[in-house]
Parts: sequence; structure tokens; C-alpha cells
Amino acid sequence: MAGTLEWQLATVTAVRDETATVRTFTLGLPAWQGHRPGQHVDVRLTAADGYSVERSYSIASEPERPDAIDVTVERIPDGEVSPFLHDVVVPGDRLEVRGPIGGYFVWGASLGGPLLLVAGGSGVVPLMAMIRHRERAGRDVRTRLLFSSRHAEEIIYRAELDELAARNDGLEVVHTLTRSSPPGWTGYTRRIDDRMLGEVLEPLGIGARTYICGPTALVEVAANALVRLGLPPDRVRTERFGPTGT
Amino acid sequence: MDDTRPGSAPDDASADPVADAVLDGNAVGGMLGTLFAAEMTAVPGKCAHCGTMSAVGSLRAYVRAPGTVLRCPACGGVVIRVVETAEATYVDARGAAYLRFERG
Repeated sequence: MAGTLEWQLATVTAVRDETATVRTFTLGLPAWQGHRPGQHVDVRLTAADGYSVERSYSIASEPERPDAIDVTVERIPDGEVSPFLHDVVVPGDRLEVRGPIGGYFVWGASLGGPLLLVAGGSGVVPLMAMIRHRERAGRDVRTRLLFSSRHAEEIIYRAELDELAARNDGLEVVHTLTRSSPPGWTGYTRRIDDRMLGEVLEPLGIGARTYICGPTALVEVAANALVRLGLPPDRVRTERFGPTGT
Repeated sequence: MDDTRPGSAPDDASADPVADAVLDGNAVGGMLGTLFAAEMTAVPGKCAHCGTMSAVGSLRAYVRAPGTVLRCPACGGVVIRVVETAEATYVDARGAAYLRFERG
């Protein structure tokens, strides 16, 4: 079993498009020690001249899956790593990976709920690991996901989220679209604000464990609003991502 | 909060390059884990400037610089700085009154 701080060689076993700019890579890791939902890995690329660059990517898959993880990566046009992953990497390629990393932004079924998850864009990735874990190990935990995307076609994991929510087993998914919405759209159509958070939180109550992940500005707005609504600050866990985290 | 700006766009990663450049301590968890040989993001630390306790993972991280700067989310004071050179890594943690590592 490799330690979490040692670089391991992962083999890309599958590549799947989520949206036009977001892609999921399945990484086979024979010595994977397991992870907790919300954790991430560092991926290192090294050029022939020795120049190397590292980026952190959240794990999207549930820990119940052995010897493999999914990472979902948004392609950032001027990025150093994500364009390589999107444009060059194919199944069979190998990547250096270190992890799992993180003990703060994590949730497991043993922590219980209710659970309020707030995502902006690809900030949904670590929350998806929590949702998938919940399906396997914590279906009694009432969970609501508030998910902000710009356009309907940019909603990551949309089909899977629809399917999971349709089971009516205690997972509810609330979408908001901030730029455009298709005809017949029934979700919210604005940026996350106090009123929206209040409405989504209301059925769960202020005892909800809350995880917020997205761009810094969204995280600030949501975390501050939820504390104003009465959630204890130590129950509002946040993870910010930005251009360097991609 | 020091990096909330009226008029910034919560959903657009490029709306405010300064605010969006701020990450949190989770983003450098791998590097800190290597340096301290421990999972660091859940480790609580006390800000030497204002006394606020924060998990390392919740510190504000400024990583787009020749080093990494971790600031207190309450007062903005610098808690930890890390600079890597070709030969060594420098950790300046004078902004942390202490870090608390639980046993077991």
C-alpha cells in the first residue's frame, strides 16, 4: 500500500465527456489506500527537460470502488495541465498521482446529516463523491444539492443527478442557471443569494452539515448567507477553486 | 470578508481575477502534507495576529506567486508562508501562535 504522500503511477483506464469542456478520467491505482468523499489528489506532469507542474483535482468517485478513482476536470483554455489532460491523454496513458489529500472538506455516512451541498460549476465534483457514497452507504441521510451552472448544457453529471433524484430516497437536486435557461425550465434562474439558500435550507433546518464548493466569490456569498441564516460556522465547510486549482 | 466584492459575479470564474486567485488551504494540502508528514488540512491553528482558530484547510491560500501564502480568514494576517527553492523549502509559520496535532 503506497502512502498518501508518495507519488504513484496511475493508468488512465477510461475517459468520458461530461459536457463540452468537462471530462472525467478514470485512474487505475493498484496500490490505492482508499479515500473519503471530498478529498482530492495532486496530479504531476513532468516534461522531458525535467520541468514539472502539479495540480489538485477533486475525486468524483465513491470510496466503495476499489483500486480506481474518477477525477473530473474542466478544460481551462490557458491552463498548463487541463488542456494536456483533455487534448492528449487517452486510455492506457500513465500519470503521476499523490493522495488522497484533505481532512477538512470531507464527509462520510458515519457523520450523518442532514446534508446541504452547494456547488458552482465544477465545484460539484467533490460533492458528487459524497452523493455517490451516500447512495452506497448512507441513503438514510436526507440530502439537498443546490447546483449553480451558467447554461443547462453545462450542468455536470446532469443525467446521473436526475436519475438519483428520481429514486425519491432522500436526495433532492435543485438547479439554478445564471446565464440562460431552456424553455420549460422549472429551476431557479439567478445567482445564488440569501433567499434561495433560505428556501433550499428550510426543509433541512439549521442542523444541516453544509459543504460548499465553487469559485471563491460563490463560496463567500453562500457561506456568509448560511451563517446569517443560523448555521454554526463550524458546520459550514468550504472549498474554493480557481484558475490555479484547475 | 476581505475578498467579497460588490458586483463580482459568483458564478463566473474570471469575473474578478483578484478574488478568484484566492484559494484555500485545501489546495496546498499535498505540499503541506509532504512537509509536515501529516494530513494538514484538518489541523487547527491559532492566528498569532487575532487569535482566531482555523483549520489549515480553511486558511486563504494565495498560490499564484513565487511562494505560497496562507492568511487568516478572519483578519487577513499572514499565518504561514512557504517558499521552495532549488535546494530547499522554507516554511515561515510565525503567524501561527500554534498548530494543534491530535495524537492517535
